[in-house]
Amino acid sequence: MTTIVRPPRSPEASDRYTADAEGAASSGPRGGSGLTGRTLERRRSPERRRRARREALLFGALIAPNLIAIIVFSYYPSLYNIGLSFFEWDFVAPTPEWVGLDNYIDLFTDPDFGQILMNTLIFSGVSVAGSIIGGLALGSLLATKVPMTGFAQTMAFAPHMLPGAAVGILWLFMFDPNYGLSRWAFSLFGAASPDWTTTSDWSLWAITIAYTWQRLGFVTVICYTAILDLPKDLYEAAALDGATGWKLLRNITLPLLSPIMFFLSITGIISAAQAFDIISIMTNGGPGISSSTLSWMVYEEAFQKFDIGAASSAATVLLVILLIITYVQVRIGEKKVNYDS
Amino acid sequence: MSTLTVDRDRLETMTGDSRNTGRARGPRRPLWLSALLMTGVLITIAVFSVPIYWLFSSALKPHADIYSWPLQWVPLEVTLDNFVGAWNAAPFDRFFLNSIVTTGVGTALEISLAILCAYAFVFVDFKYKKYAFVLIIASLMLPGHVTLIVNYITVANLGWLNSYAGLILPGIASAFAMFLLYQYMRTIDKDILQAAEIDGAGHLRRMLTIVVPLASPMILTATIIVMVGKWNEYVWPLIVTSTADMRTLPIGLLFLRSQEGYSNWGVIMAGAVFVSLPMLIIFFLAQKRIIGGLAAGALK
Repeated sequence: MTTIVRPPRSPEASDRYTADAEGAASSGPRGGSGLTGRTLERRRSPERRRRARREALLFGALIAPNLIAIIVFSYYPSLYNIGLSFFEWDFVAPTPEWVGLDNYIDLFTDPDFGQILMNTLIFSGVSVAGSIIGGLALGSLLATKVPMTGFAQTMAFAPHMLPGAAVGILWLFMFDPNYGLSRWAFSLFGAASPDWTTTSDWSLWAITIAYTWQRLGFVTVICYTAILDLPKDLYEAAALDGATGWKLLRNITLPLLSPIMFFLSITGIISAAQAFDIISIMTNGGPGISSSTLSWMVYEEAFQKFDIGAASSAATVLLVILLIITYVQVRIGEKKVNYDS
Repeated sequence: MSTLTVDRDRLETMTGDSRNTGRARGPRRPLWLSALLMTGVLITIAVFSVPIYWLFSSALKPHADIYSWPLQWVPLEVTLDNFVGAWNAAPFDRFFLNSIVTTGVGTALEISLAILCAYAFVFVDFKYKKYAFVLIIASLMLPGHVTLIVNYITVANLGWLNSYAGLILPGIASAFAMFLLYQYMRTIDKDILQAAEIDGAGHLRRMLTIVVPLASPMILTATIIVMVGKWNEYVWPLIVTSTADMRTLPIGLLFLRSQEGYSNWGVIMAGAVFVSLPMLIIFFLAQKRIIGGLAAGALK
């Protein structure tokens, strides 16, 4: 990140140096070193200052469209949403009504909200743990380079490209207890398929499985790339020392991969906590609230029940949880970055 | 982070190395282990390809083959009836049009903003640009779901509900694509730009005639990644559109499901094929770019 402000990389570096040379020449008798010549030159050139101002203006003009879009559609709504959470509103009433912390009190005294938080935790935790363990196993498998691994990588990644709506509807069909693949899979064990999406015991697992299936390929490919990047000489040295299979994995591979696994778990939690399309298509958060997560609740309260107070306070809870997780990641990540550079 | 192409070259030489040295020095892998690994690979392929095969084969099966037990793994006859049925059950022509317009225009706008922004961060001097950079990258941490309600209010106040402007504009801000382009532009040799500047080319000329062509591999990668994201976008089109003629394909799928219930899986799978096929084709054509770009973003 330091390279952004490092002057020699800038396009006008060349004329700065030519100017330096002239400055050094003219101040030669007084200065003696090129360094003083350079500072003298910089101080007394209004041309340079005008130029810097022009560059600054141009810089502003170039980033303005993106920056304005980000402020208007990301920062402003995140802050305004926190404000909204102190009001009672239904999108229709001319003015929202101030209710202080009532929305939060309602949330945290409502047992349903506890269940929704629990659902979010299970959904995120299981899908993240599942995709990382699976991704690590599949990534290592692909890294052995036995035949067909290229094709396996392609197939594993393909679901990640599909719209969540299509993945959701495909799994809805596969989970159909009468005509879906689920009936076939359970019949192999002589059992009947559960009613995955229509019973509250199974609905959360249905969306978790579908979501994990979609995400697994992405994690696999990242793990695979990271495994190929591992330093080979370390393994050769360890092999000379007589280390084998399990010891290599435990003492070399896993520690070396831990930063990337940590990154994947954090980003995994963040995207799982925002998963929406699969839930919307497969279960609508139901039956009851058995498969409702925070992100589903935000949508349902705001755009189906028009309870903006409940929705915005739930969204604020989501924001706070994700910011804490991000903060932890940045703090732990910082150590690694400093170490690298 | 090194650039994509460098990464890929490095990976290729690495794997090439490992193959050579592995064969020469290490003990050969025993046959049973190879067999075991191959079995693992085949199971992996099955886990991912069977559902996708099921999606396509069901869309092509006649009604009776879908509602049969034992399962009909291979369609006895292939029919396009389901596609016709889906096309007639919901206005898929509008869905396609809306998806193409929002994805196309939205991607073009987002990539343009990303190019301007990345160029400014790499090639234009400004004392405080580090802060602007942090401000833009930090927006990646704001979960989209938190902004839904207020963005809906903003778009409503602007009178953009149920319009292309409302569908497209809130999504054009670019942080991830900007970051990819920024990383790539940093590797461009500054000498070329200095030469152009001495020849009297202004920033705009330098950007359009030198930087954009040189960065085109990464621009293409970023474009594809952004495009896939916009095509698959679900929650925003769901809340901002209110009539069937403004819906995009993923929302059309929800519409089709509520229309057909659970009684007509063939038609619903045909609808899912409509939504998925364009992205699968793009993926199979541009696989290396997409995986490389996403991996570069993750592994920086």
